[in-house]
Amino acid sequence: MKKELGIFILLLVLCGVTSIENHNFFHAANLINTAQLIGMFGVFSIGLGLVIITGGIDLSVGSMIALSGMLLVMALTEWHWPWPLAVLFVLAVPMALGWVHGFLITRFQLQPFIVTLCGLLIYRGMARYIAHDTTKGFGDSAGFEPLQRLANGSFLGLPMSFVILIIVAVIMWFVLHRSVYGRYLFAVGRNEEAARFSGINTRAVITSSYVLAGLLTGVSAILFAFFTNLVQPASHGNFYELYAIAAAVLGGCSLRGGKGSIVGILIGATLLQVLQNLVNLLGIDSSLNYAVMGTVVLVGVLADQIVKMSAAKRNRG
Amino acid sequence: MNETPLLEMRGISKRFPGVVALDSVSLQIGRGEVVALCGENGAGKSTLMKILGGVYQPDGGEILVDGRPARITDVNDAMKLGIAFIHQELNVLDNLDIAGNVFLGREPLNALGLINRKKIHADTGPFLKRLGLNMPTRTRLDRLSIAHQQMVEIAKALSLNARIIIMDEPTSSLTLTETNRLLELVCELSEQGVSIIYISHRLGELDQCADRVVVLRDGKNAGELPHGEASHDRLVGLMVGREIKSFYVQSHAQKTAAYLKVRHLSSSLHPGKTVSFDASRGEILGFAGLVGAGRSEMAKSLVGLDRSPAKEISLGGQVIAINTARDAIDQGIYLAPENRRTEGLVVDMSVRENITLPNLAAYARLGLIQVGRERQVAREQVVLLKVKTPGVETRVKNLSGGNQQKVVLGKWLAMSPKVMILDEPTRGIDVGAKAEIYRLMRELADNGAVILMISSDMEEILNVSDRVAVMHEGEITGVLDRADCNEQNVMQLAVGKKIPAAQPAFI
Repeated sequence: MKKELGIFILLLVLCGVTSIENHNFFHAANLINTAQLIGMFGVFSIGLGLVIITGGIDLSVGSMIALSGMLLVMALTEWHWPWPLAVLFVLAVPMALGWVHGFLITRFQLQPFIVTLCGLLIYRGMARYIAHDTTKGFGDSAGFEPLQRLANGSFLGLPMSFVILIIVAVIMWFVLHRSVYGRYLFAVGRNEEAARFSGINTRAVITSSYVLAGLLTGVSAILFAFFTNLVQPASHGNFYELYAIAAAVLGGCSLRGGKGSIVGILIGATLLQVLQNLVNLLGIDSSLNYAVMGTVVLVGVLADQIVKMSAAKRNRG
Repeated sequence: MNETPLLEMRGISKRFPGVVALDSVSLQIGRGEVVALCGENGAGKSTLMKILGGVYQPDGGEILVDGRPARITDVNDAMKLGIAFIHQELNVLDNLDIAGNVFLGREPLNALGLINRKKIHADTGPFLKRLGLNMPTRTRLDRLSIAHQQMVEIAKALSLNARIIIMDEPTSSLTLTETNRLLELVCELSEQGVSIIYISHRLGELDQCADRVVVLRDGKNAGELPHGEASHDRLVGLMVGREIKSFYVQSHAQKTAAYLKVRHLSSSLHPGKTVSFDASRGEILGFAGLVGAGRSEMAKSLVGLDRSPAKEISLGGQVIAINTARDAIDQGIYLAPENRRTEGLVVDMSVRENITLPNLAAYARLGLIQVGRERQVAREQVVLLKVKTPGVETRVKNLSGGNQQKVVLGKWLAMSPKVMILDEPTRGIDVGAKAEIYRLMRELADNGAVILMISSDMEEILNVSDRVAVMHEGEITGVLDRADCNEQNVMQLAVGKKIPAAQPAFI
């Protein structure tokens, strides 16, 4: 809990600074807009967080969002599938790809970084190829209004993507922090060999984390597609995996595996969106967007490490 | 002694927050002398050696080298004074060759500013010769056995003009023959004038090679014994400060019919070879053999962690199929593996989480873990096994080796084993904890479990086992009944010779 507290304070400070500098921060429209972004980015960040906890990584998330988004647009507007079928399809594709990642990683002992880096390249190429490298949008096609309302609407004044994030987070909190499966994820991330010696099917556990990450990526992909309303296959979702990795690391996940929490990932994902918002509201040149984000992540991780090192020194006496 | 000792540590004290690690401890060593240092874990051996190595600064006392006061503030100071360490975990880079390791960090350069390879190879040769290691200096370390890698470390120490070599548990991962060779080497080095401080839990070795045995207890000098007087009982007496009655617990069980029957068990180490044996309830069946005989691999394939396609296993007459580790666990066949910290435990997790890990489903309802029940079982095991820990939420990595091993046992004992396989159960564990682990094993056997114990510690094999199966290159060469268990018989079988005393492993 202590770990999350530090980053939470950083988040509050950033919100405070922004709101003092620009009163529009607490304006309802701004908050709703930010919440919507937090929702979309948060959902797949939780998925990637699970993978990171097992000691893995998934670099293909952004490309998967592009591919799934493109498939969704085409299924609804060109192939005229009923929307529930299209949704199932768009969730099943990233899950299947996640399973392939897990299979390659556990059966052939390939490094997750390499496998998912190849995924990043392949799925981006596939997204562009199936669309003939053209931008496709929902336009004024009809027949999937319920889905559109679900993705873009709001509930009790909260944007739907944010509501979905809360639901996903609550479920995943129980899964990660209270269930047998969650304990296995941590055990595998800390010491895969010892977990195997304790009778845990480590291959299945690791593979399932990629499948679960795929599912949550699929959910995010649907939300993003309706948020942008059109999918430009060459740029849609670019770099999104890095948002998720940054969020997870800020939230206390270790890339060595075995560490992390849902609350931490949530705060991390929120912090990144607040930062983007801050860049906009404070009139910082938007070309510095990534630079600001990188600096804050670096400072956050560095501060955490310094605190940890001084605590270790105190223990040693 | 008239001449000034090479090294003298006088009245060394060291306090850590809440503990006095060393309380006015003294240690002397003469030129070419071999001093064995022993004591239970926590007695202060490693703190004393870390002070000598400059890792810690003493709070009181002084260190004299050649009669002159010396200040050792870091490893370089120690090195300059001629003090070298051979740690239990070897500090070698296995992607470099022998010469590269010997000269690591102080490579001589040639005119181009690159490593002068000719020189390091030429300079390394004589040191290898001095150690009786006949191999090219271009051999990569990953092609050497642990024993030979250790020799390379000793060569490195010699190349640094070490006058005192400190060896911490040097034989813990060596085979019997390798151990004997190392002990010989210690004698040779001492004849060449190198002094040795030898730390070991294997009491049998100490009197073989040491001129004196110095015993520490609770951070104080507990006494010392000269060569020839350091018997097992007297050492243990000094170490624990009391008599340990019945260090080894004898069997109470009547010999019964075979309960566990294993046939055609193979492993990936010796693909063509198979092992078959019987074991009965209440019995401790020891597995002796040289390192590389395939004992650990046999254990792994018995519990489904290694491939063994043709194996047939039955428990109490019932044939069982074991294809995964989970199958073995479901049948009550458990393995406490050789490498506690990498295979036996998730050291970053708590005592509670480790104990419940193999049986987590039993603590869950609707997939959610009930931490209260976990805690209760973990506490029971901690009390039962007398694990010294602040609590069940303590991370296992903060416990001593003996207590870690008890947690490994606790995790399986909580699931009532039918067959318990222990691979090197007391490696690196101090005498007090050893006695407790032997007692637990015996209790478990008396309660009707089959115990298979793999051990490279000859004393342990001879004294703990009811029968000993000896393995050689993936096969059992013979089984010795208690009456025929002696070092000669075990060694004969371990090198693959047939002897008349040997019994078949099954009927």
